[in-house]
Amino acid sequence: MGVLGAAGSHLAVAKVSANQAVRIGAEPSTLARRLILGIIGGIFLIPVIAMIEFTFRNGLAGDYTTSHWTGLFSEDSARTYRGLYQAIENSLVLAAVTVGIVLVLLLPTMVLVHMQFPRLKRTLEFICIIPITVPAIVLVVGLAPVYSVVVHVLGGSTWTLAFAYGITVLPYAYRAIQSNLDAIPVKTLSEAASTLGAGWMTVLWKILLPNLRRGVLAASFISIAVVLGEFTIASLLNRRNLQTALLQVSQSDPWVAVIFALAALALAFILLLIIGRLGSATPSRRKS
Amino acid sequence: MSLATAPAPEQDGVELTARHHPRVALVKPSNRRRRLAYAGLTPFAAYVLIFLALPTVLAVVTGFFSDDGSLTFENITGLFTPTILATFGSSFWLSGVTAVIGAVVGVLICYAMLGTKVGGLLRTIIESAASVLAQFGGVMLAFAFIATIGVQGLVTVILRDTFGVDIFADGVWLYQVPGLILPYVYFQVPLMVITFLPALTALRPQWAEASATLGGTRFAYWRYIAAPVLAPAFLGSLLLLFANAFSSFATAAALISQGSQIVPLQIRAALVSETVLGRENMAGALALGMIVVMVVVMWAYSVLQARTSRWQK
Repeated sequence: MGVLGAAGSHLAVAKVSANQAVRIGAEPSTLARRLILGIIGGIFLIPVIAMIEFTFRNGLAGDYTTSHWTGLFSEDSARTYRGLYQAIENSLVLAAVTVGIVLVLLLPTMVLVHMQFPRLKRTLEFICIIPITVPAIVLVVGLAPVYSVVVHVLGGSTWTLAFAYGITVLPYAYRAIQSNLDAIPVKTLSEAASTLGAGWMTVLWKILLPNLRRGVLAASFISIAVVLGEFTIASLLNRRNLQTALLQVSQSDPWVAVIFALAALALAFILLLIIGRLGSATPSRRKS
Repeated sequence: MSLATAPAPEQDGVELTARHHPRVALVKPSNRRRRLAYAGLTPFAAYVLIFLALPTVLAVVTGFFSDDGSLTFENITGLFTPTILATFGSSFWLSGVTAVIGAVVGVLICYAMLGTKVGGLLRTIIESAASVLAQFGGVMLAFAFIATIGVQGLVTVILRDTFGVDIFADGVWLYQVPGLILPYVYFQVPLMVITFLPALTALRPQWAEASATLGGTRFAYWRYIAAPVLAPAFLGSLLLLFANAFSSFATAAALISQGSQIVPLQIRAALVSETVLGRENMAGALALGMIVVMVVVMWAYSVLQARTSRWQK
């Protein structure tokens, strides 16, 4: 027991000194790390705290009330905030259709290029990164005439906006799926499956898709987060989504607008926390 | 951008097996299959053509036409009038200032994250928070800052009532271009964390050890080893931040309802104005101007990025 304990403490000493050796060169001390993250984190929390405080304010009277929160759950809330709820529904539909576009158009194309046309990989990557260089505010100038045709063909319902959103989420969705594609042996898997007599569809559906689950989920979540936050295109094409409705509601009832903004922020944080866990879970699963 | 943190590809082993694997005849595509596979690319190609290529071309081309459809350079020369040049100037200024502040603060955070475990709780939380806040720009961000430093904002009121400091003594600047700096920094810093953290954490501990073994101080390590290695990544991230601020519209649109002090707002004015005919084509010229700036910045970014990835792998 005593020997074991001594050996243990020796190990501990070795560990500590090794840590210090590294720290001398590059890493910050624990104190410095806590100070930096604490101060900057604290400053970044202020606007969020201010938003929460704001939702309890009783107009300009200077005292506090919970009526803005309780009002949301009252009986006539559905009627009072009808426009806002409609806009949320629009945004959810848009998110769903956008995810659909990513899954039906982008994902099969990426798999196909990865397997059959490796030479087109750079081209596809270039195309998918373009929306960063051509930002929404520029794209919308050209989208206006395109949508006057789209409305003619498909009608003016809100979901058509998802075609434009599919473009804005391209860079994010592409990265999420590509990093997953690069991490699995696509060729070996599909060759093994074809050798065993599987057809194209079987390979795609039963072999590749389950292996790409993480990338596909991450792409879907980031697409949802981006679509729920989109304002530029909806606003300039005169459509109603969550963000344009929030801006409108804020003119008459800023408290409720801020409450919904907080909720959207919390939802986005949860979605991206899940993506973070998905990402970090990948290596450990591969090892086991 | 937000997914720069996605799992690094563990490709080496995979590539090897694929290369040394004898090609199975079955999989080698015949001509017919090849044609079929090309057909599989068409839906996406058509989609990108209609909703990305076409709008981009239309946006740029409309700038060369007058409202009655004849070719003109009036809109393009209109870009060089003092008003529009001043708008570009304040866009550059705003993007530059917020990019530099965002980069410096972001580097501090990245530095503090050195030595934390990849996939650990702290890392995951900070990376997720950074991804959210980098996307936070827009209407909600405007709300947050109105609640914070608006005329009746939490911080404004505390400063005024407790410390006797009136931040709006010289007039309310929140709804002007200077008022955009703090909200922009709020999404620039997280973007810096996302883009720069992979470069900083890719610094090998062995370099620090080697430097220490040779008698180098902490300062010497940062000054002569880390800084030169990180310089391209830092400059690249700085450019990305600049592009990010330059192309950002929603926050400014929600905060500034009067006037068009930056280029995106100028585009809004040109698009929605119904009183001034022919202004819609001015939007095309402004879009062209923005694209030129973005292409130059993003090109420089990709050059720097290529230099960074040389040693990162």
